[in-house]
Amino acid sequence: MTGFGRFVAQARAAGELVVQPRMGMSDPLVMRDGLAATRRAAATTVGTITLDSYTRTGEIAAARRAIDEGVGLNGYPIVSYEAGVTRAVLSGIADAGFPVQVRHGSARPEAIFAALLAAGLDATEGGPVSYCLPYSRAPLREAVASWERCCELLASVRGTGLEPHLETFGGCMMGQLCPPSLLVAISVLEGLFFRQHGLRSISLSYAQQANIHQDEEAVAALSRLAAELLADIDWHVVVYAYMGVYPQSPGGAQLLLDEAARLSVRTGAARLIVKTTAEAHRIPTVAENVRALESAAGVAAEERRAGAHASVPDTGLYAEARALVDAVLELGEDVGRALVRAFAKGYLDVPYCLHPDNAGRSRSRLDAGGRLHWATAGSMPIASMVEKGRSPILGSSELLGALSYVQRTFDRRAYEAPAGAGISVSR
Amino acid sequence: MECERVGHRELDVIVTSMVSDSHTWNLVFLQLLLEELGHRVTNLGACVPDELVVEECRRAEPDLIVVSSVNGHGFNDGMRVINGLRSCPELMGTPIVIGGKLGIAGVGDGASARALRAAGFDGVFEEGASVEAFLEFLESLSTRVLL
Ligand code: B12
Repeated sequence: MTGFGRFVAQARAAGELVVQPRMGMSDPLVMRDGLAATRRAAATTVGTITLDSYTRTGEIAAARRAIDEGVGLNGYPIVSYEAGVTRAVLSGIADAGFPVQVRHGSARPEAIFAALLAAGLDATEGGPVSYCLPYSRAPLREAVASWERCCELLASVRGTGLEPHLETFGGCMMGQLCPPSLLVAISVLEGLFFRQHGLRSISLSYAQQANIHQDEEAVAALSRLAAELLADIDWHVVVYAYMGVYPQSPGGAQLLLDEAARLSVRTGAARLIVKTTAEAHRIPTVAENVRALESAAGVAAEERRAGAHASVPDTGLYAEARALVDAVLELGEDVGRALVRAFAKGYLDVPYCLHPDNAGRSRSRLDAGGRLHWATAGSMPIASMVEKGRSPILGSSELLGALSYVQRTFDRRAYEAPAGAGISVSR
Repeated sequence: MECERVGHRELDVIVTSMVSDSHTWNLVFLQLLLEELGHRVTNLGACVPDELVVEECRRAEPDLIVVSSVNGHGFNDGMRVINGLRSCPELMGTPIVIGGKLGIAGVGDGASARALRAAGFDGVFEEGASVEAFLEFLESLSTRVLL
């Protein structure tokens, strides 16, 4: 194996957590500086090129116009630059010791896959469900067809001696308020889709939610399902630091990232994608990203020395995720077609997702400790497993309250223990 | 309706994002907020192309158009979309507001808000206390319209 998958496997064997930023700027020189700084950071890192929203949505003319007019974009417009420009961005920085991944968020990513391959890259992420429902109004059926073509294109570079790598985004979806069993199920199903379409090195994502114990159980369930269903290919688990409404204070943001680093180590995840103290406010700077990478690596090292392992009580999360995966796989041999059918029947139903192909009948609920529960499972085949009697989130202020639970909790913790700011110690 | 409170009217509101922005929690929140105040909301959802925003607004002729964007392209997209809306005769006088996180560098010095107003938005609600200011705007709107 070469490339991204091998780098992560080697780090893992050496007992190092790989840390990775979310980072993308429109100016190629700034993008290059960001990659160089990520490589130099005092941590085991891989690089990221995060793409801008115009490129993600296929508005290539708008991206071009923004570059010409000097409008700052929220990411790197890889399709609008000549392949030579991106090669120059990477030259002397990206290599076997520092693989670089393209992160996008596109339901129909043909042009993006072509551009990243032309620039000499072979690692990216997404998926037919997770880059359609939260990221577009494209019909799911079209996203599935497009992702089939893109997976096959990416897999085809194996002929040149490379081992391309693809990560699922299914463990994140809307970023917040989705009970973990569904995140785990979608992540695994996207992994199966990647395998069906030729990938042999993949990663499975899970995004930190609002309760560390529930998250530990979720990552354990994800690893167990991957071991059961994807044993014949290279896979690892990647944890995303919280993807919902972020703490506003630098201290709160730091404590939340610390917890993500501990979650990764305790559950044996191989890689962590960090968030910065700027998250609640704006696109982070390179320096903010480097601080996040180094502090996460520091906390991870400490947690490893402490030797803590998650002892996960079973609340039924694995069984729920497994039931969802099995119900989808029963809808057909072809994973893509099964996924389309599953959403049409409401077997998979993402709470609060407005996409027209999502049934929209499921609802979730946070308890006082931050655990996510189903209030209504809609037509998902887990109704019998779901505890009855929880009422859904109602009204705008209850919604804002639930969305900002993590923000509130961590801002308060930082306020009550200001000495913990900076690289904080585990308590 | 006869028994309606004096000076208060239920508005037909279109809530929309713009073509490059896929965030939707902002849209769900705004829809709930407006409905709780008794207004009728059509939510156009994520990544709405310019032509679709214009088409839906011309068809529905709403009492208010609420544009929300948080991905950092809101200023750039808003300047383009408002031209499209204001160039329709039916929408020349329709109240149109924009809000969210409109740039990529945090809340600015007010220059971009002024530019958006000059381009035709009746209200610009950036971050921070934006929701309260918006509620005041709504109040003045639903009173003004009837009297
Ligand atoms: C959840 C989230 C996501 C989810 C969204 C899922 C979905 N479909 O909705 C996912 C993970 C998919 C996602 C993706 C992206 N995201 Co995002 N996301 C967030 C996050 C963490 C929370 C947003 C949220 O849900 N808020 C809850 C809602 C209710 O509140 P709100 O949106 O902030 O809106 C409030 C106010 O702004 C106001 N408001 C909003 N609109 C309007 C309109 C009016 C008229 C009024 C009065 C008020 C108003 O009302 C709300 C309540 O107070 C924020 C960071 C944060 N805040 O912590 C980043 C953030 C918004 N995302 C960001 C970006 C850039 C992206 C991406 C482009 C990826 C990237 N390059 O990093 C993609 C989007 C792709 C695209 N095509 O646009 C940036 C925007 C940067 C900026 N503006 O400077 C942020 C700030 C993160 C960051 N610091 O980089 N994201």
